[in-house]
Formats: sequence, structure tokens, C-alpha cells
Amino acid sequence: MLNVSGLHTEYVSDKGVVVKAAQDVSFEVPEGQLFTLLGPSGCGKTTTLRSIAGLEKPTQGVITVSGTSVYSAADNVFVPPNKRGFGMVFQSYAIWPHMTVFQNASFPLEVGQKNYSRKEIETRVMRVLESVELAQYHDRDATRLSGGQQQRLALARALVMEPKLLLLDEPLSNLDAKLREKMRFELKKIQRELGITTIYVTHDQSEALALSHEIAVMRNGRIMQIGSPRQIYEKPNSEFVADFVGTINFIKATVRSIDAAAQAMVVDSEIGTVQVPMINDFHVGEEVQVCVRPEDIHLSDSTPPVNHTNHYLGTVFAKIFLGEVLDFQVQVNEKVMLARVHPSQKTPVGAPIHIVLDPSDCIVLKNQN
Amino acid sequence: MRSSVAETASPKFGAAFDAKWVVIGISLAVVAVLALVPFCFMIWQSFHTPETASSPSTFTFANYVTAYTNPETVAIFWNSVQFALGGSFLAFVIGTALAWMNERTNTPMRRLFFALSIVPLIIPSILFTISWIMLASPKIGLLNTWAMTLFGLSSPPFNIYSMWGMIWVDGLHYSPMAFLLMSSAFRAMDPSLEESAVMSGSSILNTLWRITLKLAFPAIVATVLTLFVRAIESFEVPALLGLPGGIQVFTSAIYQAIHQYPSQIGLAASYSVILLVLTTGGIYVQARISASGNKYATVTGKGFRPRTIDLGAWRYFTLAIFIVYFLLIVILPFLVLLWSSLQKFYAPPSMEALSRITLDGYRYILGSENIRAAALNSLWMSITTATVVMLLASVVCWIVVKTKIRGRWLLDNLASLPMVFPGLVLGVSIMIFYLTFDIGIYGTFWIILLAYITRFLPYGLRYSTTSMLQIHKDLEESAGMSGASWLTVFRRIILPLLKPGLVAGWIYVMIVSIRELSTSILLYSPGNEVISIVIWELWENGQYVELSALSVLFILLLLVLVGMAQMAGKRFGVKES
Repeated sequence: MLNVSGLHTEYVSDKGVVVKAAQDVSFEVPEGQLFTLLGPSGCGKTTTLRSIAGLEKPTQGVITVSGTSVYSAADNVFVPPNKRGFGMVFQSYAIWPHMTVFQNASFPLEVGQKNYSRKEIETRVMRVLESVELAQYHDRDATRLSGGQQQRLALARALVMEPKLLLLDEPLSNLDAKLREKMRFELKKIQRELGITTIYVTHDQSEALALSHEIAVMRNGRIMQIGSPRQIYEKPNSEFVADFVGTINFIKATVRSIDAAAQAMVVDSEIGTVQVPMINDFHVGEEVQVCVRPEDIHLSDSTPPVNHTNHYLGTVFAKIFLGEVLDFQVQVNEKVMLARVHPSQKTPVGAPIHIVLDPSDCIVLKNQN
Repeated sequence: MRSSVAETASPKFGAAFDAKWVVIGISLAVVAVLALVPFCFMIWQSFHTPETASSPSTFTFANYVTAYTNPETVAIFWNSVQFALGGSFLAFVIGTALAWMNERTNTPMRRLFFALSIVPLIIPSILFTISWIMLASPKIGLLNTWAMTLFGLSSPPFNIYSMWGMIWVDGLHYSPMAFLLMSSAFRAMDPSLEESAVMSGSSILNTLWRITLKLAFPAIVATVLTLFVRAIESFEVPALLGLPGGIQVFTSAIYQAIHQYPSQIGLAASYSVILLVLTTGGIYVQARISASGNKYATVTGKGFRPRTIDLGAWRYFTLAIFIVYFLLIVILPFLVLLWSSLQKFYAPPSMEALSRITLDGYRYILGSENIRAAALNSLWMSITTATVVMLLASVVCWIVVKTKIRGRWLLDNLASLPMVFPGLVLGVSIMIFYLTFDIGIYGTFWIILLAYITRFLPYGLRYSTTSMLQIHKDLEESAGMSGASWLTVFRRIILPLLKPGLVAGWIYVMIVSIRELSTSILLYSPGNEVISIVIWELWENGQYVELSALSVLFILLLLVLVGMAQMAGKRFGVKES
């Protein structure tokens, strides 16, 4: 449905420096899916979104929607944003303070390409306000809405013209934590019900994992990895993605042997030998990073009943109680690792502890340093 | 999806918005013509002899030679500096003291005082000056006669026709400006900075001196420079008080050079250039200081209500100061005008004079065809000026604040250029230009309108820029994403959001243009007088009674206008989000 290929966007910053905000960005979003651009601030995700919106003018590349190009450097095509017919929710919501709730939502119908009758405008606006539960506030001044309501109004305004594409620029980042979680569900529900193709920009990895069909992780203007939330979380292709999405332990290691028949490798690491899944283009003696998610580190006070290949003895270095989970810092040799376990684990600080890693939970990456 | 539109470079929104480029182009052209043309032409003129029927104008340094070798010029320069320094210093001291009392102490009735502080600014300078002539001239001044009878003096104690008289009248009249500027400086200051000084054991005066004034330093310098530039541009006070006593400053010298026969336009232009250098320097330094003033960062942003200092019984003393001040600046001047408007010919108040009270002055004013025409001229001129200025300013400041068009700083500077023009100098340059390039507007209503628009554009720009900076760019972009064209965005989003700023600016421009004298005095011709010119003419003719009657009506009208405008501002203002 949306196809972005070879997109480059630059802008001149306030200091007069040319910032290469998006470089060679390419991805495709099928009809009805929610696609997330995820990355730290300054990674180019917002610039990419604004390029799709037409608010920034790229320098290279092609953007097509349903086969029609809205931007193409080669053909010198640039459709201005008010002719693209996309809905957009801004990070600041951009609710117009001089209008009522109804007027805010009806604005796109009044100024857009199509002409609607007064009656039709009213039906459509009330329907969309209904769907975001703001219908009863329709004649209220928009500034008298709470943060969450303003956010829903911004969404209603973006949806009212039934856009081909919905663009969301960090829509939840201005809400407090509780409301953010609630709105996350509502957004997902509305998007899935309407089946509207959506591009979502966020720096919050849990939001991205919760909402998306697919995620593109960006860094320094480039896409590092595209995949489903599970792929991104469980099979990161780089240290950056592994580190940015979720929490992870990095363990330095060297490949000792490769067993092609068992599809397994053994590496010598800071914490001892570790058995990990085999990866094809690795060779013996190569320096690698073994990555383990904190929730994949199993702890016990006594020797586990079953024999494990990756079994280590460490000491409890520190622990932090977080309510639903308990974070342990455990020390094996010189290496301190983070393990996230059920709060029923009561081992005191300084006590010895048994650590077990499932080989299939260990992600092996090339050492990039 | 709509068909794609081919297009070339444009920063945002695309060049498909033809309307945008048309509007931008027109605004640019208008601003350039308004601001640049008279300026360049005046410089050119200062190097040329005046064109006459018999000889064309030729290149010469003679104007500058006359201007600089003349020993009078030294006197004029010295007088100007003395007058401007004195006037600005007096206004600053009065204004700052009152601002501190008003913002930082618990003086009773200070809210009322703040509301009233705008009143003196409404009274036109020419009326304020005339009323002080009636109060303190050696011959007819009321204060002089009273003082002489009361203390048995043989000679009048006050002479308004002196440098001190000029400084007193000008400084007093512009003290509310200093008051307003310093009030906002005090208000922007975090009170905890003062409170911690008091907690450290500092006395009130010590805190004022060592903390408050030090923190307000950039604001103080900016205020003093603003006042200085304004005083050096002042025309009414030097013309009415200085010329009779033989004290010339640049503005009055320019006026005389043009009004003597044959008029010496070249000399006036070279005086104007010197004056322009002085004002430009002042405004430049002020802009530099304001820009670097950020390091003091006294503004914390959130609306806090500063705790005030308890003056104890002294608060009645400060209240008395407020009352005396208000007497001197509003009540006495207004009463003396009111009194003289009710007489047949001017006489000091007495029981005998009281029996001769008559409304003849008012009958004359209301019956005069000329004055009615002038009043309509003024009204229509000020409304047109305010409307054109605010529309132009909103486009210019949109370009400057919201776009990334290259060279937008140039537009900003161009539109602000008339700021450095004293009213009289602007009058000179516009007069010279349209005398030379006769496109048929010289001697008409339109040339005055043009001068007003040029002169007040920078003020309009300042008002709209302040509001424009508060409009987040998302508000505009989201309208664009909704499918609105540039014109629609401008009309339905930007203008309504700018409205509070535009309304405030409109009111301000209207008030200042209805009282304008120094530019109009060089550009009017019989038949297109405005109210301030009529007042000037009545004064020259010695028709003091009629003048007073007109002044009383004019001041009342201005008060009503300001009141209405403030109500309108409240009604149409957008609630802050």
C-alpha cells in the first residue's frame, strides 16, 4: 500500500549545518497494517514520517501510495501535504485553541478536496467523535479538554476525512503513564477495527512492541532492522537493536567449536563456556557477543534437578524490587548480569546462586567493536 | 490520490500554492517601497541643491558644509543631547520609582493606579505641552500667578520656555512609558531572588539597589535608550517651548529650515541625516542589549504572583506620591484646558471669571465645517492605517517567523527600518520624494496615509511577531494535513490565533496615528488637515479658547475609543490554552 524506497531527506539546522536526517530509507507497508518507526531521538524517524506527510521535502527517493507516487525525485513529483489526503496526529496534538471540539474535527471536511453538505459534515463529525467518546463534548472549547481527550480529538480530526494513511507522531508521549497504557489499547482497537494503514513513530520500545504489525528500528538516519515485534525482540540483528529494544546482557566470548550436525556452537566467555545456536558464517576463534534477556536467566538457590549445559555458580550482587518482578544483579567471575525473576525468589544479597541459561535463548552477534 | 504536481525548490508546503507567493511578493514590494525609497531619497537629497523652476538640482556638499560649519549646529547638537538626556532621565526615574511601588510594595489602590497609567499616554503631546504652558508660562501660567500671590513673589518662579521647562514637560509626559516598561521588567523577575536577599538580612532599599535593579539591568538600559531615542525625536515640546525661547534642537531646526522662505530642503535633509544617525545608534545598541539580556534569565515563565514588600505606615506616603503624580500628569493639565475652554478669552480662574463662563468655544468647534472635516479625516485615516498596517504586519511576520525562505531577515529589517525615523524626518523624506516624483499624491490625503503606514508598520510588526511566536508550527501543519490550502490556513488558523495580538496592535496603531503631528505637519495642505494639525493651527492663531474646547473633546473621544477598544480586546481575545 505504502512504498518508500531510497528515501533521503536533509534539512539545514538552525546553526546552518546540513543534517542528513533520513538516508536510504526503504520499506513497504501492506494495506491495513500498523508500521512503526522506532529509534532514539535524532534517528530520523520523525523526518521520515514528515517526508511521507509532505511536510519535509526529500532530496532523493520515491514514495508511492496505492501505486501513485506522491514523491519521486526522478520524475520531479511532489504532492503538497494538503493534497495528499493523509490524516496526521502531532506529538503536541495541535488542537486549534480558537475552535470548539466540533469545529476542530469538522475542519478537514470543510477545507479538503471534496465538498460535503452541512448535514453530511455533521453526521461524519458526530460519528467520529462518537468513536473516540467525545460526542458529548462537541460544543466545548477545545482547550477545556484534558490531555487524554485532546489526544482523542486529534485522532478524530485525523480520521474524519477517512484518510488512506494515518500518520502518528509520538501521539502518546505527552500523556502520563497510566493514561498512556490505556490509550495504547484504544489506539490499537481503533486501528484494527478501521483497518486503516498506519505509520507510527515512537521512541518507546514497549509501545512499538504492543501496537505494531511490523517495526523498523532506525539509527542515524538509517533503518537497522525491519521485522515483526517478535523478530525484533527475539532475533535482533545488531548490538544496537538488541540494546535499544528491551534490556539485554552482553557477554564477550570467542567461538571455540562448531557442531554443524547439532546446529550448535560452543563459545568461551567471561562467565565460562556457553552453548549457543549455530550461525552459519561464524568461524572458530572469532570474537562474538552473547546476548541474553534478563527474563531468560533462570535463578535458583540450590543445584537444579536436571543437568544443564549452561549452568553457572554466581553470587547475588544487588537486587531491586519492582513490584511485579524482582531484578537481581548476579556476579559470575568478574561479570555482573541482570536477571529478572518472580518476586518469590528470596536469595539474600551476597549469597551464592545458581544460574541457568537455555541455549536457544542465547543470541549470538558478531563483535562490532 | 490526486495527480502529482511537478514542482521545483520550495522549503515547505510546495510552490503549488500560488496565492502564497503572490501575497508574499506583494508584501515584499510594499514593504520595500514604503521603507527604503524615502530613506534612500533623503540621503540623495542631502547631497543636492533644491530643484527650482529655473535650475535643476545639482550635486553639492554645501548642505553638509552649512550644517557642520555653522556654529549654530553645535548649539543645536548640544541642546538636543541635553534635552534628550534630561527628558529620558526624568521619565526613567519617575517611571521606575512608580513601577517599583506598584509592583513590589503594598501601596493601597495600586491596581487602580496601574489601570489609570495608560491615561497620560492617551493625551497627545501637543495638548500636554499646551496645558503646561497654561500652567507654568511666566505671563499666564496659573502656577506662577498662584505662587506669586501666595508667597508674595515679585517675579514668576517657573519659566516653561527654558531647557528645564522642556525637560520637565517631556520627561513627565513620557514617564508612563518608563513606568509600563519597568513594570513588566519587575513582573518578569523571580521574587524569590529578592526574598532570599531579605532573608539574608538586607533592608528594603538595599535589596532594591543590590538585587532588583541589578537584575533589571538589561531592561533598564533598554528602557533608557528607548526613552532617549523618543525624546530626541520629540517635536511638540521643542517647537512649542523651545522656539519661543530661542532653544533649537534638531527637530525644531528641521521644521524651521522647511518653513522659512525659501525653504532649505537640503539643509533639512542633512540635519535629518544627523538625527537619523543618533536614533539608529540608540536603537542598534538597545537591540544588542536586549538580545544579550537573556543571560540574566529573570523570567521563569510560570504565572506566579510576587509577594509584595510591606511598607507599613510608609504605604500612605507612596499613595500620596501616586496621587500627586496623577494630579500633575492628568488632572491639572485637563482641568486647565477645561477651564480655559469655558471662557470667552483666556483668564486665570477667579470668582469674577467664573461668572463669565460660556460654551461659546464648544459652539465654535462643533459648528465649524473645517473641524468636522478634519475629525472625519483623522478617524478614517487612523482606521485605514491600523487595518493596513496589521494585515501587512501579519504577512511579514509570518514569513519571518514561520518560513525558511532565504533572505527573510532582510524583510524583517526592512519593515523595521522606519523605526529609526523620527516622525519629522520621515515627513521630510516622503515630502522630498513625492515632490520630485510627482505621481499626483503630493498635497493629498494619500501622502499622509502612506506616511502613517510607513511610520507605524514596525509597531504593528512587533505586536504580531509576539503573538506569532506563540503559535506552534504543528497547528499550521495539521491544517495543511487536513487538506487546507495556504490561504485557508492563513485565514482560518493563523489570523484567528493572531487575533489578540492583531487587535491590540490595531488599537495601538489607531491611537498613535490619530494623535500624530510631527509627520503630518510637513505633509498636510489646506483641505486635508487632521485633528492634530487643526490644534496646531489654532495655537498659531492664538485661538486658545477654541483650542481648549477642541482639546477637551479630543481627549474625551480618545478615552472613549481606548475604553471601547479594550472591551473589544477582551471580548475577541482568545483564551490561552
